[in-house]
Amino acid sequence: MAITRDTELHTRRFSRNAGLGVVLLGFVAIVFGLTVVKVERGSKLEGFDHQPRVSALPVEPTSAAPVKLAPVKTEVAN
Amino acid sequence: MSDISYIQQDNEARFGDYIALLKPRVMSLVVFTAFVGLVVAPNPVHPFVGFVAILFIALGGGASGALNMWYDADIDRIMRRTRSRPIPAGRITEREALGFGLALSGISCVMLALATNVFSGLFLAFTIFFYVVVYTMWLKRATPQNIVIGGAAGAFPPMIGWAVATGGISIESVAMFLLVFLWTPPHFWSLALFMKADYDEAKVPMLTSTHGRTVTRKHILAYALILAPLAVGIGFTSIGGPLYFATALVMNALFIKGAIEIHGRSEVQAEADKYAVEKRFFYFSLIYLFAHFLALLAEAGLSYLGLGVW
Repeated sequence: MAITRDTELHTRRFSRNAGLGVVLLGFVAIVFGLTVVKVERGSKLEGFDHQPRVSALPVEPTSAAPVKLAPVKTEVAN
Repeated sequence: MSDISYIQQDNEARFGDYIALLKPRVMSLVVFTAFVGLVVAPNPVHPFVGFVAILFIALGGGASGALNMWYDADIDRIMRRTRSRPIPAGRITEREALGFGLALSGISCVMLALATNVFSGLFLAFTIFFYVVVYTMWLKRATPQNIVIGGAAGAFPPMIGWAVATGGISIESVAMFLLVFLWTPPHFWSLALFMKADYDEAKVPMLTSTHGRTVTRKHILAYALILAPLAVGIGFTSIGGPLYFATALVMNALFIKGAIEIHGRSEVQAEADKYAVEKRFFYFSLIYLFAHFLALLAEAGLSYLGLGVW
């Protein structure tokens, strides 16, 4: 039993709240399902950020030269 | 009573009222034509992605329905047919419907773009814009050609379905658009002939009241004649085939026959048999569109099984 007493408002709004709950759960299921599908099909998961990243570059079978990356500034804080 | 219940109890919106705002019956046409557009496209779509795409196209259509009910609430209050809709009945306020419609428009376009491709998402946004702004706000109350323009909004879904699969537009998707677009006017005008709805009272210009019923009958025949070569012609595109061609031939012959019958009748004759011919033509027009898209679906199925002929 609930701790608080169900007011008339709770019972009256039950269909609306239950419906909204189902819709929201369905939305979660859709986003999860899309994630599974996109991962399984190997869609591009990583886009370019502000710096080129090796993992996000297209594979070039003939290029022997390593991809030049912009120097990353590292500051050691003492 | 000691309860503080200032909210009106008997007239509160239930979950079903929000569903009613989405115009579920219009949605069923959107779902079906978008599905066919998606399936007949040459590129295969993952079943789950396809399902999600159809769902959000339908939601976008529903959102435009809600926005339409928001804007047209004043008309809906006057006409008997629409007086029990959620807004005129006072269960949902106009502002609530506006917010609901805008929110769902945003969700559906963004989710379609993320699930499939950006072009589809933009196309859905354009369709909602077209239906709500161009049709509902601008042309519906301004011209008796409103139904023709409104038909365009209803004809976009198969193109969106095609765009989901291919990421673009092509001759086949435009042909499917034209099929629905040219079918809409005779479909609705035959309804307007026997419904005798109270559009006049609501000051919505319908062809039957602005130009008379005889002109409306002529228009039905004219559109049926323009529609027929296009509908049959789709049989020779990459989505058509002999099965579709045969279906289109039979359906269009019957459609033109019905339109000629309507054209040849006077109001007195129509009154005498209580618009039996007009009613039959209206219900046949539903079968007509369904049969064409079903045939396209069957052709896609046949070519999937390796039985496609051309």
